[in-house]
Amino acid sequence: MTSRLIRCSVLMVAVSVLASGACAKKKPPVARPMAPAAVPAPAVDVVPMPPPAPAPLTVTEPPVAPPPRVIDDPLASRNIDDLNKETPLQPVFYDYDRAELTQAARTALDTNAGILRKYPTWVITVEGHCDERGTAEYNSALGERRAAAARAYLVSLGIAADRLHIVSYGKEFPFDPAHNEAAWARNRRAHFVITAK
Amino acid sequence: MMRYRPTPLLLTLALVAAATIAARAWRPETGPLSVAPQGAPPQQSEIVLSLNGERGAKPRYAVPDFIVLTPDAETAEAAHLMGAVLWDDLAFEREFYMVPRDTYRSVPAAASMQSIPFSRWRELGADGLVMGSVQKTGPQSFRVEVRLFDIRSGRSVMAKQYDGSTANPRLYAHTAADEIHQQQRALRGAARTKLTFSSDRDGDRISGAVVERAVKEIYISDYDGANQRRVTVTRALNLYPTWSPDGRTIAYSSWRTGFPDLYLSLIYQGTLERPTGGQYQNWLSAWSPDGRRLCFTSTRDGNSELYVMDRDGSNLRRLTMNPAIDTTPTWSPSGTQIAFVSDRGGTPQIYIVDVEGLNLRKLTSESYCDRPTWSPAPFNEIAYESRTGSGYDIKVFDLVSNAVRQLTFGEGSNESPSFAPNGRHLAFSSTRGGKRQIFTIGRDGQGLKQVTSAGNNQTPDWSR
Repeated sequence: MTSRLIRCSVLMVAVSVLASGACAKKKPPVARPMAPAAVPAPAVDVVPMPPPAPAPLTVTEPPVAPPPRVIDDPLASRNIDDLNKETPLQPVFYDYDRAELTQAARTALDTNAGILRKYPTWVITVEGHCDERGTAEYNSALGERRAAAARAYLVSLGIAADRLHIVSYGKEFPFDPAHNEAAWARNRRAHFVITAK
Repeated sequence: MMRYRPTPLLLTLALVAAATIAARAWRPETGPLSVAPQGAPPQQSEIVLSLNGERGAKPRYAVPDFIVLTPDAETAEAAHLMGAVLWDDLAFEREFYMVPRDTYRSVPAAASMQSIPFSRWRELGADGLVMGSVQKTGPQSFRVEVRLFDIRSGRSVMAKQYDGSTANPRLYAHTAADEIHQQQRALRGAARTKLTFSSDRDGDRISGAVVERAVKEIYISDYDGANQRRVTVTRALNLYPTWSPDGRTIAYSSWRTGFPDLYLSLIYQGTLERPTGGQYQNWLSAWSPDGRRLCFTSTRDGNSELYVMDRDGSNLRRLTMNPAIDTTPTWSPSGTQIAFVSDRGGTPQIYIVDVEGLNLRKLTSESYCDRPTWSPAPFNEIAYESRTGSGYDIKVFDLVSNAVRQLTFGEGSNESPSFAPNGRHLAFSSTRGGKRQIFTIGRDGQGLKQVTSAGNNQTPDWSR
């Protein structure tokens, strides 16, 4: 009884992921740097599953879940280095000298959480970064606080805590080396690195 | 605690550093030159002749090239170098007026200590003459003699002889400079002290990184920037190196395993220790004045807090309890208090707390303060970096008068001050020339000197 219940809920989750994936596909602003031009099927995992597949299907369709997981999934088949070069996980940006998550940050983390649910074996490191205007010493702690905030939100979305490591690099590794507001805004970030898959 | 095998580089480093100099006070047979009377008890009753300048002015010192006693190129080169370095060392403490070396051409070079043309040196206006000689006594050994002469009387008021390796001629000059400052001014000079800092000069990149990331390795150098050597070979981020009080260990923070942890590099043994064991994120450590304990930042309990432990990792104790960031500790010279940075009041400011965690008080109320560094005795002040406009400047808070003085004034951004062991100088990093470099400056803001020039260099620490 319980095992059936679990199976049932697993399928529900799988379906809801697919559904949200399908929704996401329709929305233009979602960043998709991970799909290089060479990949033949832009449809990948989502298209074969039309959205209208709610609850009733769950019990009778166990074979639905496996296909999107393995077969010709460009993310699943790439190695970690390539994945990290064009990461599917969106960075999160912070206000100056703050570690609180903005609405935009939460939206990005929601998307990242969806990806992490879809690839449950992925282990990631959340890197906290700061812009150059703070001091090296304080920024080492501020970056940690930023990474911890992103991690806490992902955990609240149900991502297992042991899949989420954090590290602060302070202001040592700016993403944009320029010295202006736009660069600073890009450098106040949490960056997601896949460390195992 | 974990131990690692020594790396070849560290062994080389240890060997070079082991080429120290055996020094002894040398009392020549000719009585008048002797500094202290024979058989006198040490210290107190020793008679020291100190040179004075005209009418209370600083004594004027000249330091020509040392006398070459063996006719080979190595000795000649060392003799020139020692004179130049000794002049710089004496100039650094600003206790003497140093007669510029390019004015010495009018004075004929002496062939021996017995043939110094004192009258000609007097014409240059010098009160004291530091004269040395170099003799090669073996394939890899020098004998160096240094004397300080009172030019008016022609008498030697200090005479030292050193036997040692040819590996580092500068060390003879540094040693002589420290002895002159000690004898003439009862001052502990900085000539044999060292700096450690973090540098990206190698241009190495962290492999597999998402974006280009420069490796930062730990370096050491003499106080004047000579003999710069790399300590770490990790191809990772390494920051916040700090000398143990005995100068034999450098504690630093390394991200080599993917997160920050503390490493103790015993530079002369070539071994590495990890007192925090690599379980949690730990960084930014500070040695207690007796070298037995370290205070550091860790997030092991959820956010940045300060902890104190013995240097082997035992007796761990939490010092701060606050949801705000607490970081960047520095010990008072007595070892009873710790100054640190916290943003518990909204912005990063400097606080002081007893080592037991009691008697917290806020020291600064500026826009943004970081990197407190407590001065050694006899001064009782804390240097820090303070936001002034778009960058930072070095300031010093005098704990006796509660007065703040500023040492830099917006020339680039100036960060991470560290006191020299005599408290008279500070090292810090500055972007005033473009890239970030290490500079030293007097505690009065005078005497700026650039120490590094390759790559970017940051977070300096001055050996005790």
